[in-house]
Amino acid sequence: MAENLLLQALSGLASASSLFLVAAGLTVIFGVTRIVNFAHGSLYMLGAYLAWTLVTALPRGPLGFWGGVLGAALLVGLIGVLVEVLLLRRIYRAPELFQLLATFGVVLIVQDLALLVWGPQDLLGPRAPGLRGSVEILGLRFPLYDLFLIAVGPAVLGLLLLLFHRTRWGTLVRAATQDREMVGALGVNQRLLFTSVFFLGACLAGLGGALQLPRESVNLHMDLAIIVEAFVVVVVGGLGSLVGAFLAALLIGELHAFGILVFPRITLVLVFLVMAVVLVLRPHGLLGRPPEAPPAGAGGAEPPLRPAPPALRRLGAAALAAAVLLPPFADAYALSVLTEMAIFVLFAASLHFIMGPGGMASFGHAAYFGLGAYAAALLAKWAAAPMAAGLLLAPFAAGLFGLLFGWFCVRLSGVYAAMLTLAFAQIAWSVAFQWVEVTGGDNGILGVWPDAWAADPLAYYYLTLAFCLGATLLLRRVLHAPFGYALRAQRDSPLRAEALGVDAFQVRWLAFSLAALAAGIAGGFFAYAKGSVFPTALSIPRSVDALLMVLLGGVRTLSGPIVGAIAFTGLQEQLMRLVELWRLALGAVIVALVLFFPQGLAGAARAAYERRHGPAGA
Amino acid sequence: MSEVMERRRPAAAGTPMLEVRNLEAWYGESHVLHGVNLEVHEGEVVTLLGRNGAGKTTTLRAVMGLVGRRSGSIRFRGQEVINERPDRVARMGIAYCPEERGIFASLDVTENLLLPPVVQEGGLDLDTIYRLFPNLKERARSQGTKLSGGEQQMLAIARILRTGAKLLLLDEPSEGLAPVIVQQIGHTIQELKSRGFTVLLVEQNFRFAQTVADRHYIMEHGRVVDMVRNEDLAASMDRLHEYLGV
Ligand SMILES: Nc1ncnc2c1ncn2[C@@H]1O[C@H](COP(=O)(O)OP(=O)(O)OP(=O)(O)O)[C@@H](O)[C@H]1O
Ligand SMILES: [Mg+2]
Repeated sequence: MAENLLLQALSGLASASSLFLVAAGLTVIFGVTRIVNFAHGSLYMLGAYLAWTLVTALPRGPLGFWGGVLGAALLVGLIGVLVEVLLLRRIYRAPELFQLLATFGVVLIVQDLALLVWGPQDLLGPRAPGLRGSVEILGLRFPLYDLFLIAVGPAVLGLLLLLFHRTRWGTLVRAATQDREMVGALGVNQRLLFTSVFFLGACLAGLGGALQLPRESVNLHMDLAIIVEAFVVVVVGGLGSLVGAFLAALLIGELHAFGILVFPRITLVLVFLVMAVVLVLRPHGLLGRPPEAPPAGAGGAEPPLRPAPPALRRLGAAALAAAVLLPPFADAYALSVLTEMAIFVLFAASLHFIMGPGGMASFGHAAYFGLGAYAAALLAKWAAAPMAAGLLLAPFAAGLFGLLFGWFCVRLSGVYAAMLTLAFAQIAWSVAFQWVEVTGGDNGILGVWPDAWAADPLAYYYLTLAFCLGATLLLRRVLHAPFGYALRAQRDSPLRAEALGVDAFQVRWLAFSLAALAAGIAGGFFAYAKGSVFPTALSIPRSVDALLMVLLGGVRTLSGPIVGAIAFTGLQEQLMRLVELWRLALGAVIVALVLFFPQGLAGAARAAYERRHGPAGA
Repeated sequence: MSEVMERRRPAAAGTPMLEVRNLEAWYGESHVLHGVNLEVHEGEVVTLLGRNGAGKTTTLRAVMGLVGRRSGSIRFRGQEVINERPDRVARMGIAYCPEERGIFASLDVTENLLLPPVVQEGGLDLDTIYRLFPNLKERARSQGTKLSGGEQQMLAIARILRTGAKLLLLDEPSEGLAPVIVQQIGHTIQELKSRGFTVLLVEQNFRFAQTVADRHYIMEHGRVVDMVRNEDLAASMDRLHEYLGV
């Protein structure tokens, strides 16, 4: 038994090493550029794929193997440089969520490119020459390669610390981590510095991936799997802290190793719970420090919400009339798309409610959408309840979880809040995914059909339209009520709002729960519209969908999320139907959106309108 | 000190070292500078005076290229720099010491001191810097932020003397410091002037300003509204008090 535990601990240490390499790259890049690089997992995956290609192409033997591994790491470093120069360099001053989103666009692009180049099947690499066998520890066999990996983590940590504390480049990086503007004003070329930091970070990710080659097969799911864990490690350790990342990687590695022994079903939940606890106790992670000064030039004052100009109102009225009058002439497919649009309008509006006027970042809004959908579907499956009961339970369940998760999330801000919301969404996702007896796991819940009176697609469409549009308008109404003023006041200046008697925490908490509740309504209707629910309803890509809708429409206008939801649903539908590589196309659209329309479609339209007519509503 | 005073040059001769014309600057949407005009000649110490929010800091930041958007003309030794990045401006020989000092907390004193790259011949060497600022030598291995306010200010000035930059932009070096330290900083500025440095100095402390400067520009609402020579100061006192509201 004791031997077993020791072995388990050692294998935890071995996985901690790769995790640390990836997290170290992530944290170094974040420290200097303030960008949370979602695509870091993609760099890790590319490291593994490139290592496979190089190692199998090069002559067998130690030189071929280790040369291939190091070559892959360097190649990934160069790919990182390409990403930095072409994309990130242009968005260093953009709001955090835009940066996250842009790098998520890169994730999608890399996924399809990897599929094109290496195909969908898992690839198996050769074992490491010289490290093939195993050693005997307390009578049990332990792979030699894992022992080697255990040493890699501390070795890389040591080298990085030397690099940062004993070289001029390291001094510059540490200085830029604290105040990049000052470093520039003192005559240091920041562009070179940032690019070189990105090169180093990408190399580390690539090396982490390449070193996995002898341990596990290379596949297209490696990117998101590792990035979510690396986020956890970096956030638990404290963004920007190398030693923190190392400690957290050990912690998470061990948690996985022992979690499997104790709670095989909920290892993921365990990991995210630890993260939530750490963040609540230490909002900046184990060794992280609160930022010294907000980066200059970031953000800027939010313009006040203005009533819609008459032209927009007429347009809205026309769209509403079309939504009511035209569907009787639509075919079944068009009706299903329209129903989905109505649902996503509410989903997007609920996210916008906390993001725009609330000023909170959420990278896990799908949790509440999915919880609503699951609540409705579970009630239908296990209690054979009528549809009305399911639709009623959906917002209730989502709102309840909104209260619970929100209590943690609204304490944090910026990237940390985004990460914590992501973590909670991943908890919800992993429960839906792993608790097969109740949720059906990956197979989902089927047979969630509307009652007879709403079974006709047209009838169901009108029902959905009425409730989703109604809820959207209610959310808008709330924003123009005293609660809405308080919400915006705490976003603009928490201190001043508190001085006026606004309890910022309570306002944020309530807004978060309200948004969750609204997303739950959308989720309930979604379940009955599809007749089924799968874990994808609360997955990261679904959360990103919501973000895209809001940002596509524009976060600073109230009509933004509505326009965005309609545009996004239409766009995705077309992309998936027409384009084989729809991820690539979607990724490219996201990147283009962030680069060229940072204000979103509605924002751009409004700006164009105001250029011609003067400020709207004035 | 009297020797220093004698070496003062007439302000009008030759091309100015720094010539700012119609400089406008924005932070995001807000328009902060509305056409600043000023010039600084080689070897001069010139102050920018003005009430809080007049745009003094923004003027210095605009010269360095640290504001979001700017227009107009900034010539350094005759060369236009309005479109240059901060690091390029620094490399041309303009050094900046910000109001909040910009000391790097995670670096020790020596690392802070050696951080700015040398851009030209003729900077002070470390020995001279330590002779000018003996405190820094004693604290060479301390973390940047473990220093006192005065020591931080000295470090912030000291580290830009090594680079060979000859035009120093100093933003309120006397702010928040005890009178003895302010005096010491005043001596330092005079010493720098005697070594041929040119200084554009932002000040609120009017009394301090008159002990070191050749000329004073007055700023109001994002514009330079007046210029007074130090020798005419006594005659212009009423006017100045009105501008500065003291
Ligand atoms: N980062 C910023 N964003 C928006 N407005 C700013 C910013 N910094 C300064 N301002 C505004 O620009 C104007 C000029 O500010 P500046 O800091 O240049 O004044 P100053 O003369 O240096 O004042 P002080 O004596 O208080 O240092 C002020 O009205 C200020 O509110
Ligand atoms: Mg100032």
